[in-house]
Amino acid sequence: MSKYLTTLLFLSLMLVPATGLGIEVYDFETAEQEALYQDLAKELRCLVCQNQNLADSDAGLAKDLKDQVAAFVIAGQDGETIKQYMVDRYGDFVTYDPPMNASTIFLWFSPLVVLLIGAAILITHIRKNNHE
Amino acid sequence: MKKVLIALLPLTVFFGLIALLFVNLSTHTEVLPSPLIGKSVPEFEHQTLFSQQTRTQDDFKGEPWLLNVFGSWCPSCQYEHPLVNALAESGRIKVVGLNWKDETEDAIRWLNRWGNPYHEIMVDYVGSTAINLGVYGAPETFLIDANGTIVYKRAGVLTEEIIQQELLPMIDKISL
Repeated sequence: MSKYLTTLLFLSLMLVPATGLGIEVYDFETAEQEALYQDLAKELRCLVCQNQNLADSDAGLAKDLKDQVAAFVIAGQDGETIKQYMVDRYGDFVTYDPPMNASTIFLWFSPLVVLLIGAAILITHIRKNNHE
Repeated sequence: MKKVLIALLPLTVFFGLIALLFVNLSTHTEVLPSPLIGKSVPEFEHQTLFSQQTRTQDDFKGEPWLLNVFGSWCPSCQYEHPLVNALAESGRIKVVGLNWKDETEDAIRWLNRWGNPYHEIMVDYVGSTAINLGVYGAPETFLIDANGTIVYKRAGVLTEEIIQQELLPMIDKISL
């Protein structure tokens, strides 16, 4: 009997956490709204823990920003408007998808430069080997 | 000779990268430039902490003012507080507080203990104005001119050096 009770207790403990582990619930009207919210939360950066996106962060400010994003999404605003709202207040840094401008040009093109250097080395090598 | 040079290339790149990261390590800050400089103070409507009155951005037009975002939960605010007290006492600028995401009782206890330099304190319990101001951590301080334009922002604690070298010259400039 006591064994049965213990098992039951353990089983019930396993059920509890799944329901209440800090998952935010917003009342989105459509699946599209929810998808838009999820996209934005991943694309916007948490300003407190600067290497996390909003979706992953538990910081207080991240919660406020997520609430704000959710409220805008429910109000029917589009993704660009919401992103611009954040950029106007927090700067380009807030988005993980920075726009191309004078201050971010190095960021955008440095991978291409590295690729070109690599290609140049590779081509000279192959040419040299062919000659020999 | 040429072969040796080519063999040394990856090593050179490696050390170059190390040097770059090392320089970045000492110069990197988490302070972000504010896109709000030169823009108007966002619209707000808040209750004041003690007098329970409503204040909007228009109530502060006509003279320059300093908006200091603080909370009793914020250790750095306590650290910078003596400087805010001194600045307010000097009478150089009207200092207004924005009590950010704080419980009223805690805020009052904190001010009683560490001093209340503020001309007025507005309560932003949910943090809406903080978001509109692009606040990402307390303390943050905004200098606003008589027309309601943000002319300077400091994210993080004020120091004697920053007050002397950045804030006071800016106050003099907009007070003319």
